[in-house]
Amino acid sequence: MLNKLTASAGSNRFRLDLVLQAVFLALIFYLAYSVFHNTQVNLENRGIESGFEFLDKEAGLPIGDALISYTPTDSYGWAFFTAVVNTLYVAFFAIILATVVGVLIGIARVSRNWLVCRMAAIYVETLRNVPLLLTLIFIYVVVLSSLPSARSSWLLTEGILLNIRGFYFPKPLPQDGFGLVLFSVGLAVVLCWGFRRWAKRYTERTGQELASFRISLVLLLGLPALTYLLTGQPLLWENPELKGFNYRGGLSLRPEFLALLLGLVLYTAAFIGENVRSGIQSVSKGQVEAAQALGLKPGKVMLRVVLPQALRVIIPATTNDYTSLVKNSSLAVAIGYPDMVSVGGTIIGQNGQAIEIIGMWMAVYMAINLLISAFMNWLNARVQMVER
Amino acid sequence: MQKIKTAMLGLLLCGALPASAGTLADIQQKDELTCGVSEGTPGFSNPDASGRWVGLDVDICRAVSAAVLGDQEKIKFVPLASKQKIVALAAGQVDMTSRTTTWTMKRDTKEGVDFTAIVYYDGQGFMVNKALGLTSAKELDGASVCVTTGTTTELNLADFARANGINIEAVVFEGKKEAFNSYKQGRCDAFTTDMSQLASWRSTLPNSDDHVILNDVISKEPLSPLVRHGDNQWKDAVTWVINGLIEAEEKGVTQANVDQLASSSQDPTIQRMLGVSGDMGGYIGLDQDWLKRAIAAVGNYGEIYDRNLGENTRLKLDRGINSLWSQGGLFYSPPIR
Repeated sequence: MLNKLTASAGSNRFRLDLVLQAVFLALIFYLAYSVFHNTQVNLENRGIESGFEFLDKEAGLPIGDALISYTPTDSYGWAFFTAVVNTLYVAFFAIILATVVGVLIGIARVSRNWLVCRMAAIYVETLRNVPLLLTLIFIYVVVLSSLPSARSSWLLTEGILLNIRGFYFPKPLPQDGFGLVLFSVGLAVVLCWGFRRWAKRYTERTGQELASFRISLVLLLGLPALTYLLTGQPLLWENPELKGFNYRGGLSLRPEFLALLLGLVLYTAAFIGENVRSGIQSVSKGQVEAAQALGLKPGKVMLRVVLPQALRVIIPATTNDYTSLVKNSSLAVAIGYPDMVSVGGTIIGQNGQAIEIIGMWMAVYMAINLLISAFMNWLNARVQMVER
Repeated sequence: MQKIKTAMLGLLLCGALPASAGTLADIQQKDELTCGVSEGTPGFSNPDASGRWVGLDVDICRAVSAAVLGDQEKIKFVPLASKQKIVALAAGQVDMTSRTTTWTMKRDTKEGVDFTAIVYYDGQGFMVNKALGLTSAKELDGASVCVTTGTTTELNLADFARANGINIEAVVFEGKKEAFNSYKQGRCDAFTTDMSQLASWRSTLPNSDDHVILNDVISKEPLSPLVRHGDNQWKDAVTWVINGLIEAEEKGVTQANVDQLASSSQDPTIQRMLGVSGDMGGYIGLDQDWLKRAIAAVGNYGEIYDRNLGENTRLKLDRGINSLWSQGGLFYSPPIR
């Protein structure tokens, strides 16, 4: 009897919970609906256009530094896409460089050399504790004020030069037969991969180490170089030349891009450096001592024993820093790099359709960062498995 | 996408917009006018050394505040960036903006705002270093030009390049200060914005004589304060305060003589303007002294111009087309009757 009572009380409570949750859910739906409805009414009352039709209309806005082909006669949609490509471009290289610099800084942080260790610490503490916006503006101003005008450019070598308008270098113009060179690069990569597999098995079988690094290097550089010569050097270069106000032709990197890249790399590298430091310090001392006992050189100890184990600590934290880097690239607008926030801002100024553009910003940043997270989680899973 | 849009719609508009009887009643009830101005444009809206906002755009706000609330100081100034100005107004963050905003058809019809009356006739131009030896903007082929984002300026620049078949590399910045600094450093060959602002920025250069403003004016930029679309009473009030300031210049009513004219003038127009006869104030929901207070606070249009942009200021902007119609300019107020 008593059992039955408690059981029914329990199910009553269960039912009450269910009802409460349903009511709560309904309330949220109602709120969401009224927000939506209210906004629609307000937009209509004010005669504000809404929707995404404007994306098909001619943009008419200039984008000074476009990676893909863009002219003001293109649509708003294409202008926005061009800017998204710019954002991806700077974020991609910033992530790669920040990783390289970050790993070096992290290793320097645990160095037994007092000077190296202190320098790395100062670097990390400074960069981490100054707002990125200030760092960016500082870098941009310093970059600009240290570069010479177009007419008195620094000529590093024929066709490669630096001035306040950017870093200029020759543009490759592939001729007939260049396809073969590209093919030989692919072939070299495949051969290299096959060779390394074989070399690994050979080492396991015989205990002898081959100079596989050197052999791969010869393969990777030699084969394409040989093809290039055999096909009659099918590559011409277009040098930048001074015409009117500035150098034209060739390829160039604008100071805005360089300053943004540098700022993002230096800032994010400080955070990644700390991840690497904590990762290295998480590997127990015994591992290092064991590796040293085997007679491995310090470089190999770090590369083969410490870093692989440190990765399981480093990767999750670094994922966050990568996503922060992508979001931070929106500060580009302060130093004149046409990223998607800069161009989107112009579109808002022109159409007043802030809601749509802000929605697009959010969607693109979210998509990029979810992709980064997915990739890093995959990497993390692999590292975890190797570690066992 | 729809979800995000909905969320943003809500964020932007709902919280900010309580049901309202009308902007004028709201302002009088809270006893404060919120006025959107630019973040710092010398001569138009700029905080002075003591932090008090001064400039032509600011004086328009003060005149409205004096007319509506009886006190030119009952204002909260809200500095707005170019790309924020229209959204902020449409969303109800400010009651009006007076912020070197160009009256364009699209803004007027599609963006939930209404323009009131033109307070300055501007046009876009270029500043370049004298050393370049340029005489016309059409010689800027291949040049880089520093410009601000979210403005008509940026689009006029692209239009100008297209119309003349020349290539211009636009380097686009969020703030005018950053854009100008970049030009100053030599990153760009030219700096472009409205002529009046070119003069105002040039005046901040230590070696201002090294820089010239080219004669080409590549656009029409009628600058006008804005109100939200759909509140006709409030739009009328702001429009007629501005018209009143222009009419006051034409009729010779100044800050100094406004009180005396109110008691002694026999001119029927002046009598109507200053509330001696008729019910002009009543037409826009105000009392009879509305314009008298506005003139007493900031002076007539000519006085506002002279104080902020004229010969005795750093900008030294010639009245030019911004003179009264009777003196060869474009300023012409519809009659107050």
